[in-house]
Amino acid sequence: MKRIDCLKAIYPELEDCAVVTIMGAVAAELYSLGHRANFFYLEHAMGLASSIGLGIALAQPGRKVVVIDGDGSVLMNLGGLTTLARSRPKNLVHLIFDNETLLSVGGGAPGGYKWFTTATSTGTDLAGIARAAGFPKAQTVRELDDFEEAALDALDGGELSCIVAKVEAEMPKSFLMDVHMLENRFEFPRALQQPPRDRAALRRPTRIAKEQPTTIPALKSREE
Amino acid sequence: MPVSVANSQLVYDAMKGVGVTLVSALPETWLVHLIRMADEDPDMTLVRLAKEEEGVGISAGAHFAGVKSAMLMQNHGFLQAINGIVGVSLLYKIPLLMLITDRGGFGEKDPWQTEGGKHTRPVLDALHIAHDDLTRPDDVQPTMAKAMTLAQSSLSPVALLLNRDLMWEEPR
Ligand SMILES: Cc1ncc(C[n+]2csc(CCOP(=O)(O)OP(=O)(O)O)c2C)c(N)n1
Ligand SMILES: [Mg+2]
Repeated sequence: MKRIDCLKAIYPELEDCAVVTIMGAVAAELYSLGHRANFFYLEHAMGLASSIGLGIALAQPGRKVVVIDGDGSVLMNLGGLTTLARSRPKNLVHLIFDNETLLSVGGGAPGGYKWFTTATSTGTDLAGIARAAGFPKAQTVRELDDFEEAALDALDGGELSCIVAKVEAEMPKSFLMDVHMLENRFEFPRALQQPPRDRAALRRPTRIAKEQPTTIPALKSREE
Repeated sequence: MPVSVANSQLVYDAMKGVGVTLVSALPETWLVHLIRMADEDPDMTLVRLAKEEEGVGISAGAHFAGVKSAMLMQNHGFLQAINGIVGVSLLYKIPLLMLITDRGGFGEKDPWQTEGGKHTRPVLDALHIAHDDLTRPDDVQPTMAKAMTLAQSSLSPVALLLNRDLMWEEPR
């Protein structure tokens, strides 16, 4: 399963959410699908994306918060999972792209060689840790269909949940991000000043048919 | 317990007075009353942390979402949070009000507190984080107000060091 395909599957659902991503590959790939002001890319502090998400979720209980995390970052703040679990914000979805490596520092190379693997490569089970930390719901998914179903359920659902998506350790096509960190830092809270619309009103009648190409214009132009 | 209830209340009221509605905390003895007050206050959200660095992220998220917050911790909690302070608050220019119980100064009886206390101010200074001591009850409210004003206008972390003279009542 590729991270970019997972991101494409949920991209249309992220409108009106507060989205907080980690640095590097995850940020660049979400950006490549089309930047929005409600996306905040945490460009350095490993582990704190979920803490920022928690702060938003507690401050704006009426808004969905989506944290897009990585295995290495989560491993640096395992205690944060316990804090999330005990706070149990109903409006927070914690997506973890587990590529079993510290990819963004060059921890993966062409051919799938991983030069700095994380402990998830030797059996550490992040969904198991999240469950044991007290998350009401946490699961591991390995296939795109399962990811899409789990992610959409989590986004529609009314409880804290964690999805660990096992993905290939593949670099994004480009790391180009034409939005400065500080520009992003100031546009993001502005976007959060807009009251979120009802999710039911946003929901498209059916989920994206998997065979159909996605229709996000920004995505087409950027992928070429 | 000789932690001052009256002065803890002063600090708590001053914090609420500057608009704080979310507090993240990891305690030590001197924070016992402040944390209880936050816990018992229906208008305050209290987040009990596993590690202080998380609080920096939580405060940043709260700021993004339009809520004023504060962190309660001791010297070693501040030292524990440094990477978050540098990589989130300073790098992204985010206001952060840190209330640090200042152990390890004159009068400290616990040997294990004496090192962290010694390094807190030099580290704050090295990071160019504005800080002041809260020592006298009369100063608590005005200093808290000025600290919050500076945090918000400079989009930076600020620290208030809660001193022994304010927090601890030596048993007679
Ligand atoms: C405290 C700290 N140490 C090291 C780094 C360097 N660094 C940047 S990204 C990264 C890897 C992040 O791994 P993961 O969360 O799994 O995301 P991935 O890059 O695999 O998508 C590292 C180690 C850092 N940002 N902070
Ligand atoms: Mg990784």
